[in-house]
Amino acid sequence: MSNKSTFKKIAGNHLFFPLVCLFVVLIINVIKTPNFFAISMNNGVLYGYVIDVINRGSELVILALGMTLVTAASKGQDISVGAVMAVAAAVGCQILSGGEASVTEYQNSLILAILAALVVAAACGVLNGFLVAKMRIQPMVATLILYTAGRGIAQLVTNGQITYIRVDSYKVLGGYIPGCPIPTPIFVAIAAVVIIALLFKFTTLGLYIESVGINSNASRLVGLNSTKIIFIVYVICSFLAGIAGLVNSSRIYSADANNIGLNLEMDAILAVALGGNLLSGGKFSLAGSIIGAYTIQALSTTLYAMDVKADQLPVYKAIVVIVIVTLQSEVFRSFIKKIRTKSTGQGGQTLNKEVQ
Amino acid sequence: MGEKLQPKTSPKKTLSSTTFLLLITIALFIVMYVAGMILLADKGFSKPQMFCNLLIDNAGLIVISLGLTIVMITGGIDISVGSVTALVCMVSAYSMEKSGVSVYAALLFSLGIGLAFGIVQGFLVSYMKIQPFIVTLAGMFFGRGMTAIISTEMISIKNETFLSWAQFKISLPIGTVNKKGIFQAAYIYPTVVIALLVLAAVFIMLRYTKFGRSLYAIGGNDQSAMMMGLNVKRTKFIAYILSGFLAGLGGFLFCLNTGAGFVEQAKGLEMDAISASVIGGTMLSGGVGNPIGTLFGVMIKGTINSLITTQGTLSSWWVRITVAALLCFFIILQSIISSKGKKGKKS
Repeated sequence: MSNKSTFKKIAGNHLFFPLVCLFVVLIINVIKTPNFFAISMNNGVLYGYVIDVINRGSELVILALGMTLVTAASKGQDISVGAVMAVAAAVGCQILSGGEASVTEYQNSLILAILAALVVAAACGVLNGFLVAKMRIQPMVATLILYTAGRGIAQLVTNGQITYIRVDSYKVLGGYIPGCPIPTPIFVAIAAVVIIALLFKFTTLGLYIESVGINSNASRLVGLNSTKIIFIVYVICSFLAGIAGLVNSSRIYSADANNIGLNLEMDAILAVALGGNLLSGGKFSLAGSIIGAYTIQALSTTLYAMDVKADQLPVYKAIVVIVIVTLQSEVFRSFIKKIRTKSTGQGGQTLNKEVQ
Repeated sequence: MGEKLQPKTSPKKTLSSTTFLLLITIALFIVMYVAGMILLADKGFSKPQMFCNLLIDNAGLIVISLGLTIVMITGGIDISVGSVTALVCMVSAYSMEKSGVSVYAALLFSLGIGLAFGIVQGFLVSYMKIQPFIVTLAGMFFGRGMTAIISTEMISIKNETFLSWAQFKISLPIGTVNKKGIFQAAYIYPTVVIALLVLAAVFIMLRYTKFGRSLYAIGGNDQSAMMMGLNVKRTKFIAYILSGFLAGLGGFLFCLNTGAGFVEQAKGLEMDAISASVIGGTMLSGGVGNPIGTLFGVMIKGTINSLITTQGTLSSWWVRITVAALLCFFIILQSIISSKGKKGKKS
């Protein structure tokens, strides 16, 4: 009996489901590629599948943080994050290149470029936040505007070409700090997580977000400014998307408006759902989303290893999303509850009926 | 147009605001088209054929947007339509060119795909009560991914029957006289006729059938619709099936116009369809919408497209950005009008 209750305690923990998912994916990975956990040192940097998953998952973790907050506060998702990444990357690279298609030296200072990129990303968030919080438009319709127009804007910024920045210091953000064996994106992801976590630790923002998500009218009546909180959350989300965009652009030392952050909005939503967060808002768990993000990245790596092309990946992810949201749905939950009460409470009766 | 469509309690208030939105849309279309005729007269924008081309190019989009309008009237949304179009085009192209089936089979496949999307999405939204956006977002990625699984190459269709369907010209009594003095009749393709027939059917269904009226009732307030004895779940379910079916049909019309299937096809079409409905006066919150408005919404999008392509110097990205900006503008307009309506009711 006590055994059962401890099991229930573990199973009831909000991180149980995400961890199980991660575990399953990792086991599949190990079966597929037995040397999955092997880590080696080559040329002073770490190599290995695990390192690759953690490294490539960095952008997704950063996006998932913002997406979790947006989901929690506004009961909807921001589907423009991929496009905002492209816009931020385009702005950053265009400033660095000064309009040329390919440069080997910065035309403007790196700090100016990064600042401008992040400001533009935050401005995208201001637009989204204005539409959702102030105009009260469903989040996904509001962000659909930037989802489709964003890449167009990015193309206009780069004049329709792929801008290359062939400077070593630009590759640091998405590559390696000289002398450090761990890829830089991992540090960026950790920094983002720590900053957001500290923000919630030392302010009441997290609590406010949850209460707005659970009932925005009631929160307004107890004196919370729901509009402002939802607005802030969208700005944070787009700002984080801007950081992710810069990291991604540094990886390929260019601004490819068509491909930076492509389909990542889906991955970010999936990470939030896999992390055990309800897509209908309310309580949230950042840790869950982070685990979810790495699970998705590990899944993508597995699928790539199985010779699935990048264009085809969304099929599998779409199926996973549908399964998760169906499991989360109230209808399904009450259905399960009904079965449970039937089997425990009225077990004898149903048995009798079957006999008859 | 929208006078009788309002099931709300204060008919005068909503009547004026929705008719107002529809009038803005029609006026915007006329202003844009006339401006185009004046500014780009030397590039043939004033010819009747230009207007016919507008219909020809957007026949598929008209059908798809009408399906979306039905769903949006119930307060839902379907963003999978662009991917369904891509999938339909790809399946049609692949089945005719690689598997050698007839056009009729390809048409059946197309409608079947649309129906399948409609049934699955409709079930998840209406009976499982999952947010329509999440469901159709998954549908959107699923459709696009399936297209890539069938083939990542571009397949152009060379089937003779298909091409004869696509290029069957229906001459109209209007036209222009060319330089040699010979009368050239303006023409349309069968796709336009089908699109207009669908428009008529949807218009009659929404306005004069019990099912059409219950769509508005559910969109207005699904709780009270349920208390009135309407079967909310089933009506929503059928709305999504209709939308899926029309997306399949529209996809086939789109395919007749483009004559090829490839992964990137119809990217962002869901945006065009949504903005067409919204610009045409369909409320995102449900309960208000008019198929005639949707037609004008599509025509506005089409006019922007042909203005920018005829003008020639602007990049094609401007089309998407302009449509997005227009959508943004109309959403804000709707929001302001509906909040004013509420305030009016209170006082």
